[in-house]
Amino acid sequence: MDLASIQSELEASVPGCRLQVIENPAPCAQHSLLVDAEHAVLVATYLRDFLHFDYCSNVTGVDWLPKELSEKIKVKKTVDGPNGPEEKEVDEVRKTSVPGYMEVVYHLFSTTDRTGPLPLRMRTPNRDLTRESLTIPSLTPVWRSCEFQEREVYDLFGIHFDGHPDLRRLLMWDEFTDHPMRRDYVDPDDYEYEPTAHDEVLARLRQHYSTAGGPAFPQGGGQ
Amino acid sequence: MATVTLPTPLMTSPEPGHEERLLEISMGPQHPSTHGVFRMNVVLDGERVVRLKPVFGYLHRNHEKIAENETYLGSMPYTDRLDYICSLTNNWGYALAVEKLAGITVPERAEYLRVITAELTRLLNHAALLGFLLQDMGASGTPLMYAFREREKILDLFESLTGARMMCNYMRFGGCRVDTPAGWLDQARKVVADFPRFLDEFEKLLVTNEILMERTQGVGVLSRELAISSAISGPMARASGLNYDIRKVDGYGIYPRFSFRVPLGSHGDIYDRYMIRFLEMRESLKILEQALREIPDGPIIDPKSKPRGFRPKPGECYGRIEGPKGELGFYLISDGSPNPYRYRVRPPSLINLTVLEDLCLGHNVADVVVILGSVDIVLGEVDR
Repeated sequence: MDLASIQSELEASVPGCRLQVIENPAPCAQHSLLVDAEHAVLVATYLRDFLHFDYCSNVTGVDWLPKELSEKIKVKKTVDGPNGPEEKEVDEVRKTSVPGYMEVVYHLFSTTDRTGPLPLRMRTPNRDLTRESLTIPSLTPVWRSCEFQEREVYDLFGIHFDGHPDLRRLLMWDEFTDHPMRRDYVDPDDYEYEPTAHDEVLARLRQHYSTAGGPAFPQGGGQ
Repeated sequence: MATVTLPTPLMTSPEPGHEERLLEISMGPQHPSTHGVFRMNVVLDGERVVRLKPVFGYLHRNHEKIAENETYLGSMPYTDRLDYICSLTNNWGYALAVEKLAGITVPERAEYLRVITAELTRLLNHAALLGFLLQDMGASGTPLMYAFREREKILDLFESLTGARMMCNYMRFGGCRVDTPAGWLDQARKVVADFPRFLDEFEKLLVTNEILMERTQGVGVLSRELAISSAISGPMARASGLNYDIRKVDGYGIYPRFSFRVPLGSHGDIYDRYMIRFLEMRESLKILEQALREIPDGPIIDPKSKPRGFRPKPGECYGRIEGPKGELGFYLISDGSPNPYRYRVRPPSLINLTVLEDLCLGHNVADVVVILGSVDIVLGEVDR
């Protein structure tokens, strides 16, 4: 079953779903199916139950930065010539900016038909680090294998999965605030940083020791 | 709409006020039975497990991010460190994905060398696993030493072929790095010919052992449906009766040329997962015998290929192989630059752990150790 017939069958069966085939120019030609977030769970369930894609092998995120495309176009313009104004073709560079977005890719296989991979993609409207813009539906209710992998995508990319039963960080520790697989992630100067007795800490310490009834401030360098 | 159900923690109590007597313990991260730095938060009712949550990330170094800042070839040595027991299959998985992405073909002899090294890796992984599993069950030392004796012979082969025992870094895009040294193939034939003796001995000692059967039969049962839904792969899925071997399904490399069978279990318990490894080793030996008999002469890599300045055209690819632990996949996105735009490893060990809680609920805490051992994890790959 090729991708075009899968698309038409899904469009006929899941009313209102917006599907798009993303071409892959690589020699392996693994073209993928882009699905809108609202109908993703229904589409995924249909793929599992009726098209036998029962094996969701791989789940991962991709961070697409905003791109600036510049192309040269010819524009007709009236310019001042020696014989008065005249029409001329002028080269101009037109810049279009494509907004960035986050993408989640699911690689589906079929254990009964032995087909695959079918990459299923979902995109967020933009890549702002807010819960509203980075929420997509979780497919863990459809394929259990997404449970840990969606947690990993949430951890490393910051994408929230709506309907995930247990969305916690998987690899980084719970107190960590950033998402290291984002393209604009800047790692801290020193992961091992621990406040030692300098400056502010020392000032706080002094204050603590100088309160009435407190112990005398220990002086270094002597007994 | 049928949905997948997550395991419901068995927090019911037969008598009021019983919840107070539940005990939460943290197994790991430094525990010999967890095979690395891995932690499980286990809630116990007496000895019975009523909830189990694995905690990952102690060995996380963000391999995927490092690979994005590295050239394609630069990540090849790093794949050795994923599943450090089976570095050669990791190499192959990555090489296969890049070859699919860029459309590179591999010479005949290199394909044979890949099959030989990958099947030797499967032998040593399964042998080591059986030793560790019995060690987890309390058969201290002896089975592990028997298994490691065999593993050592294969590691010697790897050392003379690649220069390293474990971090082999052997595959290249479109072939292999070095050809076999003189006499290597004969030595490999000898190891393969001797290996069944170890299997016979091991099976005789430790297959119908009463204590072993008592500990493993009917414990940690994984159903076929749950295995498919959770994308369990490798020997663990086949022990549950799922006939899915990527060597047969995808037929990557030259596997369609060899005659071998895919052993399947029927119960999905620890004993089946234990036995399936024996049977797989026997099938691997069949493949090895055929490959070592038929290996042709020729180049191991296209002499005109240039490893430096490698830039695949924009596109993406998901390539996968049947690793000893399960489906090892690499997902690559190229934007035409020397570095991959996105590099993703599909780790079989992590995904096989999805069902750990399902397998352990209702069993004793001592069984958790054996169930975890039968899943066969390596933390370098789980945490990446």
